[in-house]
Amino acid sequence: MPEAMGFFTDTTVCIGCKACEVACKEWNQLPAENGGIRELSGDSYDNTRRLDGIHWRHVRFIEQFSGPYNGRWLMMSDVCKHCVQAGCIEVCPTGAIIRTEFDTVVIQSDVCNGCRACISACPFGVIDINAVAGTAQKCTLCYDRLKVGLEPACAKACPTDSIQFGPITELRARAQKRKDQLRAQGVEAQLYGADPQGPLGGLNSFYLLVDEPEVYGLPRNPKLPSRNLKQSTSFSVASAAVLGVLALVGLRKRRMDEQPPSLS
Amino acid sequence: MGSNMAECHPVAFRWPMKAKLNGAKLIHVDPRFTRTSAVSDLHVPIRAGSDIAFLGGLINYVIHSKRWNADPFFKEFVVNYTNAATIINPEFKDTEDMDGVFSGLATFAEPQFWPYNGLLGRYDAATWQYQRGPKAPGPVTKDLIARRAGPPFDDLVRSLKPGPAEKDPTLQHPHCVFQILKHHFSRYTPEMVEQVCGSPKEKFIKVAEMLLENSGRDRTSAFAYAVAWTQHTYGVQMIGCCALLQLLLGNIGRPGAGVMALRGHAAIQGSTDVPTLYHSIHGYMNAPSALRPHETLRDYMAAETSPTSYYGNLPKFLVSYLKSVYGPAATAENDFGYDWHPKILGDHSHIATFAAMAEGKVKGMVCVGQNPATSLNGSATRLAMRELEWMVVKDNWLTETATHWYLGPEVKDGAVKVGDIKTEIFFFPSTQIAEYDGSFTNTQRMLQWHSKASDAPGDCRTDTWFYHNLAKRLKKAYAGSKLSRDQGWNNVLWAFDPDPGVKPIYPGEPDALKILREINGYQTADPKQHLKGFAELKDDGSTTCASWIYCGCFPAWDQNLTARREPDPPGVPGAHLKWGWAWPANRRVMYNRASADLKGNPWSERKRWVWWDASFVNPPDPKTGKVVPRGKWVGYDVPDCGATKAPDAKPKPDGIGLDALSGAQPFIMRADGKGWLFVPAGLVDGPLPTHYEPHESPVKNLLYKQQSSPVHKLWAPGKPYNQIAAVGDPKFPYVISTYRLTEHYLAGAMSRWLPWLSELQPELFIELGKDLAREKGIRNLDWVIITSPRGHVRAKALVTDRIGVMNVAGKRIHHVGMPWHWGWMGLSTGDVVNDLTSWVGDPNVSIHEGKAFVCNVERA
Repeated sequence: MPEAMGFFTDTTVCIGCKACEVACKEWNQLPAENGGIRELSGDSYDNTRRLDGIHWRHVRFIEQFSGPYNGRWLMMSDVCKHCVQAGCIEVCPTGAIIRTEFDTVVIQSDVCNGCRACISACPFGVIDINAVAGTAQKCTLCYDRLKVGLEPACAKACPTDSIQFGPITELRARAQKRKDQLRAQGVEAQLYGADPQGPLGGLNSFYLLVDEPEVYGLPRNPKLPSRNLKQSTSFSVASAAVLGVLALVGLRKRRMDEQPPSLS
Repeated sequence: MGSNMAECHPVAFRWPMKAKLNGAKLIHVDPRFTRTSAVSDLHVPIRAGSDIAFLGGLINYVIHSKRWNADPFFKEFVVNYTNAATIINPEFKDTEDMDGVFSGLATFAEPQFWPYNGLLGRYDAATWQYQRGPKAPGPVTKDLIARRAGPPFDDLVRSLKPGPAEKDPTLQHPHCVFQILKHHFSRYTPEMVEQVCGSPKEKFIKVAEMLLENSGRDRTSAFAYAVAWTQHTYGVQMIGCCALLQLLLGNIGRPGAGVMALRGHAAIQGSTDVPTLYHSIHGYMNAPSALRPHETLRDYMAAETSPTSYYGNLPKFLVSYLKSVYGPAATAENDFGYDWHPKILGDHSHIATFAAMAEGKVKGMVCVGQNPATSLNGSATRLAMRELEWMVVKDNWLTETATHWYLGPEVKDGAVKVGDIKTEIFFFPSTQIAEYDGSFTNTQRMLQWHSKASDAPGDCRTDTWFYHNLAKRLKKAYAGSKLSRDQGWNNVLWAFDPDPGVKPIYPGEPDALKILREINGYQTADPKQHLKGFAELKDDGSTTCASWIYCGCFPAWDQNLTARREPDPPGVPGAHLKWGWAWPANRRVMYNRASADLKGNPWSERKRWVWWDASFVNPPDPKTGKVVPRGKWVGYDVPDCGATKAPDAKPKPDGIGLDALSGAQPFIMRADGKGWLFVPAGLVDGPLPTHYEPHESPVKNLLYKQQSSPVHKLWAPGKPYNQIAAVGDPKFPYVISTYRLTEHYLAGAMSRWLPWLSELQPELFIELGKDLAREKGIRNLDWVIITSPRGHVRAKALVTDRIGVMNVAGKRIHHVGMPWHWGWMGLSTGDVVNDLTSWVGDPNVSIHEGKAFVCNVERA
């Protein structure tokens, strides 16, 4: 089996060109919303606003200014995190969501029944229904390209190598080095999701940030949906079934509990 | 400065970002905090149009700095490689002496036969010249012309040699270039910069210190600019000012140095090399003109040849070009057909042509790859187009230009009736780049061949197909004409059909490789014998070459070097000489002789590029068999000097061309082999860059009484369709810049029709600061109306701190900005921002002033 592959997104070299968004749509033949005829969002240069069933890559623009010309403009290309412990896989009733030989998370469109369970299970809000297909969709980390030895379309198109693709262990080492370089320059750089001991067992798409995760719309402490199961099922589900489920989940929870509370 | 590289050249911006990871510092000086500023180490706000004040401030700071005066590198570079020591005519008067104008200012009167030059004044450059010793005796140019001397034209070129220029290597002579420029910029202090540019003084000084620290023997700094330095009434002077600063800092002709022109379109460099420009013929030779002494072939050579530089070979370039145009019909007896060649009458640039068109002086227009209905003073442009009898639009879509007659704003609001427009419009669907063979020439002067990747849909044809078949039909139509004016056209050699047996990529398509062969050139007697480089060109008609600067890109019948794709191995220093082909002579850094010191040694190990290897054993001369002494220029790049010319070689007393220069004069295209701090020839608006205000400005010029450039261009003066705001007009209090976004492309034909790009930037907007928004009661996303003296447009407000108020000349000046990609066609539509811009422009190159003018903004 090939080793775990993924993305390291260095937000400090992102120039917000959105080539990743377009390359993703072109390779995966995703439609533009309303055929491309839309209204200005008014949210800086971000007009697609979020990840969903037809936007598998999304560039966020964060203006942090305290007066004219006084501040900074952060940009980050966001994507599915390909969590090592993926909530979407956990809740998918049809088995449509699988972990691939590259340790990435892929929704098989022909098995998905569009039940939406994965949409609410994802702590990052990555997944949504693709109206054309009628199924839940998200980044596949270009599974079809990986199968033939190509890098994902977004990483290929990124002109500044803000999006880097490769074996996770290599990417982690590179990210650590870059973080150290920036710290030495006095930049408050931090890695998000690079720690295999962190929440969700680490993210196979992880980030270098220069502000707190919330600033980029990332949860500080992403949780699996299973943590809510005890509460939400105690009222209505037969106790035997509950115990059965909890027993299954408990195995995972034990691993989770050993982990530090925060990614940052 | 003058560029938003991350947004407008994102692919090339890969390299600044790589440099940054290696420790380079990025500085962005711009009126807006853009995506480039976001990843720069330092952003400095500057009022649009005040760049010469900023650069002049840097020059003044540098020459008075401790570092520049203490490190001998700077003096060594400047004294030897620039014209700092050259003495100028004592009659010369600087802007400091004449409150903003140079000596030689005269009035300009429009000639009756083409009154569309737009010049507000003109300079007689006589007093800007070098002070010279007596000219060597020899044949007189006038006599050589009269008796039709040559080919060869060497005597004619030699007769043009002036006497030697006087110099003072101590740089103390009051009329030497260095003292003149020191005086010229003496009032460009950090305080003045802050007043004129609105740039905080501390930030300006930081820029100056960073540049000084990063320039010298061991380090170099580079400037990148784009159209934000060209689209002004003094754009050429802005770029010249940067070159002046870079020469003073020793940052020219060296790796990691220079003034980089970031060009827009994939092959826009190619379109000026093998030009679509009206004022030059192939390879940047001036177009023969009725207004210059260009009457005969020899008159043209006498007027245009610089005898003591590589341009001393101009007769060879010109004759080989004429052979390419007229083929066998061009002979020594008929001066190679020079008399058939069209001559220009004046300014036939874009705006000048539309100004003439507006007066009904232009019958028809072929519009390929541009969308003028959304360009420069859009409503005036559309008014002009309505005067045409016929118009051809060849594009990917029905653009605004193709539909202005029934969908333009004037038609929609009823001011113009469709039935009153007499223009007949023809639309030709066009292919895209991936649908044909051809070459790009990029911003690095590099040619890269590309092959057809996909069939074009429907009946789309290439631009080469269009012009090839148009030429063939016109030749047929004129074939029987006995009129003398038609004989030039009838003698044009047009032979680009594929050879028998070769299938064209589309029916009727010419062979693109044949065109490249023609551009490269060949032995006239045997077209299969390609020329290996421009050193082989002859002035007797025995060589044929369409564009001398491209000579060598196709050096043998089966060697198309532009198709090469072989990078240097990783980690090895080099110039990737086997990737494509760059003019001139596959050289990647021009004037790279300056990367070595006087003796030919690299200035430092770290900045090694080309150098003199004195022990190199040269083979005997292949032609004469004579022994060539030891020594050769070697290095990573193709050396920009005679390959075996020793650094201590002296100029030949009787020499022309490179022989007139020593082995230590790197700037071989300049008549004195030096980088020009002071520009005695070639510019119409002054030998030194001077701060002027844009044609429309909210403030008076703080530095001089002269408000704006005394010789810039204003077309259609006084016409109702080109109204201009007075200085400080309270009706138009804000400074506005127009610009481009990453998500869209130029006038939109290649982006606004594409859903994936349209959704990324779906609507036109105006960026304005929070202070202005507060003053005007404008909230984010409100509709606002932007007005200039030429018109008004509607846009949504994007309220941001990335643009805002600046303190200029004691006034608070609000700056606003608008991308100009939109029009009424396509998926993403919006008003035409160029309806706000005017027909004013640069006197050297006739580009408009779209980067700095005035407007008003109100809530809709």
